[in-house]
Amino acid sequence: MEKLVSLIPVFPLVGFLYIIFLGKGLSKNTIGAIGSGAIFLAFITSILVFTTQLHGANPTIVKVIDWITTPKFDIDISFIVDPLSTIYLLFITGVGFLIHVYSIGYMHEDEGFNRFIAYLNLFVFFMLILVLGDSYAMMFVGWEGVGVCSFMLIGFWYKDMANNDAAKKAFIINRIGDLGLILGMCMIFFHTGTLRYDDLFISESAASGLHGWDLHLAAIFLFIGAMGKSAQIPLHTWLPDAMAGPTPVSALIHAATMVTAGIYMVARSSAIFSASDVASDVVMWAGILTAILGATIALTQNDIKKVLAYSTVSQLGLMFTALGMGAYSIAVFHVITHAFFKALLFLGSGSVIHAMGGEQDIRRMGGLKSHLPITHITFLIGTIAISGIPPLAGFFSKDQIIAVAFEENMIMFVLASVVSALTAFYMFRLYFLTFRGSFRGTHEQEHHLHESPKVMTIPLIVLAVLSIFGGFMGFPHAVGHAMHVPHWLDHFLENTVEMEVLDMSVGTESILMILATVIALISMYIAYTKYMKNGELALEDDEITSSTHQTLASKYYIDELYEKIIRRPVDAIAQFARNVVEPKIIDELVKQVSLIPSGLGSVAKAAQNGKLVMYVLAMIAGLIILLSTLI
Amino acid sequence: MELLPNVTMNHYLLVSVILFVIGVAGILFRRNAIIMFMCVELMLNAVNITLVAFSKVWGQSDAQVFVFFIMVVAAAEVAVGLAILMMLYRNMHTTSTDVLDKLKW
Amino acid sequence: MLTEYAFWFLSFVAIFSALAMIFSKNPVYSVLSLILTFFAIAGHYFLLNAQFLAAVHIIVYAGAIMVLFLYVIMMLNLNRLEEDKKSTWMKFLSVAAGGLLLFVLLAVVKRTDEITITAQAANSDCGLVENLGKVLYNDYLLPFELASILFLGAMVGAVYLSKKELA
Repeated sequence: MEKLVSLIPVFPLVGFLYIIFLGKGLSKNTIGAIGSGAIFLAFITSILVFTTQLHGANPTIVKVIDWITTPKFDIDISFIVDPLSTIYLLFITGVGFLIHVYSIGYMHEDEGFNRFIAYLNLFVFFMLILVLGDSYAMMFVGWEGVGVCSFMLIGFWYKDMANNDAAKKAFIINRIGDLGLILGMCMIFFHTGTLRYDDLFISESAASGLHGWDLHLAAIFLFIGAMGKSAQIPLHTWLPDAMAGPTPVSALIHAATMVTAGIYMVARSSAIFSASDVASDVVMWAGILTAILGATIALTQNDIKKVLAYSTVSQLGLMFTALGMGAYSIAVFHVITHAFFKALLFLGSGSVIHAMGGEQDIRRMGGLKSHLPITHITFLIGTIAISGIPPLAGFFSKDQIIAVAFEENMIMFVLASVVSALTAFYMFRLYFLTFRGSFRGTHEQEHHLHESPKVMTIPLIVLAVLSIFGGFMGFPHAVGHAMHVPHWLDHFLENTVEMEVLDMSVGTESILMILATVIALISMYIAYTKYMKNGELALEDDEITSSTHQTLASKYYIDELYEKIIRRPVDAIAQFARNVVEPKIIDELVKQVSLIPSGLGSVAKAAQNGKLVMYVLAMIAGLIILLSTLI
Repeated sequence: MELLPNVTMNHYLLVSVILFVIGVAGILFRRNAIIMFMCVELMLNAVNITLVAFSKVWGQSDAQVFVFFIMVVAAAEVAVGLAILMMLYRNMHTTSTDVLDKLKW
Repeated sequence: MLTEYAFWFLSFVAIFSALAMIFSKNPVYSVLSLILTFFAIAGHYFLLNAQFLAAVHIIVYAGAIMVLFLYVIMMLNLNRLEEDKKSTWMKFLSVAAGGLLLFVLLAVVKRTDEITITAQAANSDCGLVENLGKVLYNDYLLPFELASILFLGAMVGAVYLSKKELA
């Protein structure tokens, strides 16, 4: 059964190749069916592979073919089947399938439809390589592949220069992270002689060959890679801009799957990170700072997708906080629940944008509840889920992060709770402004409002169901024990990632759960009073009134800061090279050098004087020299 | 080795060398393109003599076939070369290579 | 004995008329001297048992090529050449080059003495038409055919070049 794993990436790859090379004459529905069908087959196969891991971890390496074979370095193209990779498989292909189906409806009018579906397929292929690869080298292939797909999809509407700029920004910032990842891989290889997970963590533990600062540095370099991919401070600025891509892309790549690759990588390297307290602290602090930054910026954004983007940044920050505290399985848990509700929210926002005819500003919306009933219900479920109100998915995963923080580090606990409260507030702000109150857009837009077709609403419904029940795979330990509900996910991942065993009484855990719920409900109420009660748009959201608001709305001026400290100097250097180095030094040098052959040429030119006799003489001279060697 | 009574291979080579150098000297001393042409023919024939002599030494016909082909090429060359000379004379009214020196940089 | 004398005689004629060719002022004399040289060379071919080549040589060179030269000279009316103006420096250079070449070639020829050639049993029949024909049409058929194409090309080229309208 494990052997089937090598088939999983093949489906999307074949789908991609087929659509790109043979898809020209096919109708959009056929293309959509091929694209989603490929992912669906991958999903079915993933379930089959997943079942092999259900009864106790059973890591298997499935080798496909040799890749790089040298005496010192041996990397195969082979896949790893273990609980961590299979659970990622399930939600990548599952959520990926739903988003493919949704895209058929969302992108139906777009002339680049074929290209879009093909890119999505290619993205899924690389994402699968990323999680299935049995070594850091294989993971890196997928890592770069999803980066390229992300680049192509952010700049999908390439006729608008702003989209291209956003795509370039995402790609370049990711390069910085990738450099860190490469350095981390080099350090691991240098000290252990292998990049295979099997040698490093599973059958042998070569990773223990790293000690002291080698270990810390290797872990920090790996984390820099994760920073780039998962948008952590200071490399987070690309993700909000990446919203320039079509909404399904934001849902699939920039919320559910690719941005969580960093969490996958850290969880996969949990043996390294748990051995390095320095790196863990770095991860934790970077995570919580990102979480606060994202959450506070999200309070002031007026673009529906930007709010969700900063929310994603913030949630990713929380996941890294959990990783930094050693709660790897809980971070993975949050990745999964987040994939459900954030994909749901993005697709819901896509449905709204679709209905509004491309409008993304929530100040122009309002009162969509009656026009888009299904979107409204599912969006509300997503909002409740992310806000952490039981018993929806987000509550369980986020509550456990907070619980771990309570045990580990009081500062983290307070900050994580603040983030949680902010999350509930900005999400309900988004919800109220979008769906409640009265419509604030133009008359024309109001006339145009319509519910999205079934092909778009069904994925929303499925994701909503998952957002409701997804949390039960990780029922809290103490309370769960008392209620005889096991923490299934922790058991499942037990032997794959390092485990943080929480020793918490039922009482403490219950109090924390109640506290988290109360915080979320209070935030929700504040949002309600502020945005619902008057039925009018709150003043602050229309015009900027305070300097704090100004700072947040400008995203802490981080882009401006980068512009000043990085881009300006680089531009200056480039200008200098262009205005001075190039014309004054290099060109001059070339000109001087060119004088040598032309000088030599004018000397040699005299030899070709058109006098036949001279040629004959030269020939005879040559002949004499040649013959004299025979004497 | 004697090819004829008292005549060795070297005798033939000697004759050939002398004729060849006369041809070279003719090209160097004369400026008339037609005479220079004839000198080229003379040099070709000097080489032909050695080929035939070698053919005799080794008892092989191949060298004589080479001579045959050299004659073929020489004939073709003369035909075209003289045609070019005619054209030159018609346009420049000379066949002196001192005047015909326009083919240069 | 007779063949030995014949060799010396033919060699003398060839060299003497070759010299006459390059030194005569009148190009018509030059052509006639060259024809004499060619006859002497044909005589050498006879002595070397290359009868076919000797015949072809006379037909092609004396009969065709040299006649062509004569025609051209007559058509261009070149029987009185303007004498070449040569600098003494050029003359010296030419003499030096020619002398040096002669010296080097002679040295090379002399060295062939040192190389012992073990000759095959001399097959005096190799120059006969029959044998030559066999070699030519068996081993060298392709070059032979290519030569015909070369000739065709040369012919077309010559005709085209000498057309009056071109001028």
